[in-house]
Amino acid sequence: MKKLLLGNAAVARGAYEAGCKLVSSYPGTPSTEITESVTEYDNIYVEWAPNEKVAAEVAIGASIAGGRAMSCMKHVGLNVMADPVFTVSYIGANGGLVFCVADDPGMHSSQNEQDSRHYAEAAKIPMLEPSDSSECKEFTKAAFALSEEYDTPVFIRLSTRVSHSQSLVELCDPEEAPLKDYEKNIPKHVMMPAMAKGRHVIVEQRTEKLKALAENCAFNTVEKNGSKIGVIAAGTTYVYAKEALGDKVDYLKLGMVFPLSEKLIKDFAADYDELWVIEELDPVIETFVKSIGIACKGKENFTLLGEYSQNMIKKAVLGIETEAIADPQIPNRPPVLCVGCPHRGTFYVLKKLGVTVSGDIGCYTLGAVAPLQSVDTTICMGASVSAAHGMAKVRGEEFNKKLVSVIGDSTFIHSGITGLIDIVYNKGANTVIILDNSITGMTGHQENPTTGKTIRGEATKQVDLELLCKAVGVERVRIEDPFDLKGFEAAVKEELAADEPSVIIAQRPCALLKSVKYTGHCAVDADKCRSCKMCMKLGCPAISFKNGKAVIDKSQCNGCGLCVNVCPFGAIVKEEK
Amino acid sequence: MADSKNIMIVGVGGQGTLLASRILGNVIIDQGFDVKVSEVHGMSQRGGSVVTYVKYGEKVASPIIDKAEADIILAFERLEALRALPFLKKGGKMIVNDRAMNPMPVITGAAEYPEGIIETLKQNADVVSLDALELAEKAGSIKAVNVVLIGVLAKSTDIPYDAWVETIKKTVPEKFLEINLKAFEIGYNL
Repeated sequence: MKKLLLGNAAVARGAYEAGCKLVSSYPGTPSTEITESVTEYDNIYVEWAPNEKVAAEVAIGASIAGGRAMSCMKHVGLNVMADPVFTVSYIGANGGLVFCVADDPGMHSSQNEQDSRHYAEAAKIPMLEPSDSSECKEFTKAAFALSEEYDTPVFIRLSTRVSHSQSLVELCDPEEAPLKDYEKNIPKHVMMPAMAKGRHVIVEQRTEKLKALAENCAFNTVEKNGSKIGVIAAGTTYVYAKEALGDKVDYLKLGMVFPLSEKLIKDFAADYDELWVIEELDPVIETFVKSIGIACKGKENFTLLGEYSQNMIKKAVLGIETEAIADPQIPNRPPVLCVGCPHRGTFYVLKKLGVTVSGDIGCYTLGAVAPLQSVDTTICMGASVSAAHGMAKVRGEEFNKKLVSVIGDSTFIHSGITGLIDIVYNKGANTVIILDNSITGMTGHQENPTTGKTIRGEATKQVDLELLCKAVGVERVRIEDPFDLKGFEAAVKEELAADEPSVIIAQRPCALLKSVKYTGHCAVDADKCRSCKMCMKLGCPAISFKNGKAVIDKSQCNGCGLCVNVCPFGAIVKEEK
Repeated sequence: MADSKNIMIVGVGGQGTLLASRILGNVIIDQGFDVKVSEVHGMSQRGGSVVTYVKYGEKVASPIIDKAEADIILAFERLEALRALPFLKKGGKMIVNDRAMNPMPVITGAAEYPEGIIETLKQNADVVSLDALELAEKAGSIKAVNVVLIGVLAKSTDIPYDAWVETIKKTVPEKFLEINLKAFEIGYNL
């Protein structure tokens, strides 16, 4: 039976068909739907972990204990889990162990554009790269077998276009993959220097064996069309090239992008007058090809930035320019905080107070966008708290009195709590605002340890943020409603004035949650409106200014009522129907 | 199976373009075509421009539609129609919901919402413009805008009417079915 599946859903299907026993991940676009799709399979234990490092370690434990296991993450999540990943390369796998990493060329939803293939080389872990949903499923299945056969973790590398494209997948019955025996094996499982030295030898031998496999494996395929031009490509760039160049060139499609086989590439290259390496982001394959003494065309004809496309490849390889209508000069449409977003109240107040805002990763990064423009910095998950500590330590007390960190509930658990411990331990006096909207928002509503529900929606223990902050030594912890603008402003002022660490939990659920029921909508009484534009400072997509007066688009307004609190003249009223 | 098409669906995050692409994807599979449906989830969905590519034919390689490659663009909003125009093939068809949603730079006064978009589109494409919101209301719910537009799109493909109806029956929840079938018919017979 064939089914239209998202690349991410196909990876989940592959894990199911391979008899995977456990999946542990932290959400991150574009990888999130892999783990969400695993919930369709009752016989796989699946969870959201507090962060990627924990998730990877859970999967590693499951593998050592004999079960097939997988952890999925976005490219920057791989940075978080890099520590266990580099060492489990030495330990290898008992039950098949797969790490599925999704890169985001073009940065549709990311803070950088790193190329995860470097990790495969650096950690000496084989990496497979599918180009469509069907390969997502097949490669994932194969990855588990490869992992067990070569005693190694295996990377699957996706990119946004593979993760978020749907194509047809042939569904199969799951394989039997019973638990393998667990045996205590200190030299293999305890990575202290004496043991690790022995394992490193094995890792290097393994890479040699994998190179031999790369020479003849089914992942790497040659497609001859009788051309004088040869193209080496993988993943998305293979399908772009295929569409752009069709049968005008020959292809070496690499499904295994680490390790690469010198012999395979030399044999392929020998047949062509002109050899191209087409790859998005960094010249990983190209550098290898050149290192074995083969001339090729590559990055000098393309770019290190963003995504490729079929027109770009057609132009570079065939010299054919596509004629298209010129891009119109029109206003862009950047993403914005949704109508009813609880963060809007927080950023309105912070902007009004003119404080420096150390920001973090989540929907609330949009607090940096006009007109709120409240956020000063965004680095990575958790950095809002620790970076603010650094700012305060170099710039001193006065600066700290106008400095806050903002961090979401899920991000705080991910890696904000460690920064807060640092502040308390090292006698900081920062003010941290936890934006508790009762869900992991930006990645599309995932449960987390503060929501009281598991990935399967089952009730579980809920981390109490207030108690957690108190437990690490913060004595000033308070819960405030960010839509109570006056109360919230007073709270921020009080906590900034305090000479000790403080936490404000800005609590109001995400407006998109089904449990949140705002009713009616807001409307402007044009007679009372004095055109002060205070409401425009909210950056609400439903409010605009026409003929000198504020107007509210009823079809967009959800009736959250925040603008009612902002208008100094009582010109905005809530209408129930 | 000779027919192959590249269709782009463009709009603003939250407008219901996803249901439209789901109906389209499903009807295409039932016709026995190879198909790829590509969209981007995440940050851009928060009220930003959203784009879905739907490609079908005997064999589809790339999931994306590049400049001058779309046979049909289905636009849920005027400004997004204009933004997508360079992706339309010469002589391609633009189906546009004649409705404006102000992007944030317009709301803040940093930019102006362009005038005369439909006229610009008409100079470059075979344009069908309609007020899908009004038609959806006629069908019984303003939420059926996407299905009205799917109806208009259906008329521009070679896929038979009944196949669309069957797919809508399979895709849309029972309690909204009647309204959606009506919305589809209004769009189809526009």
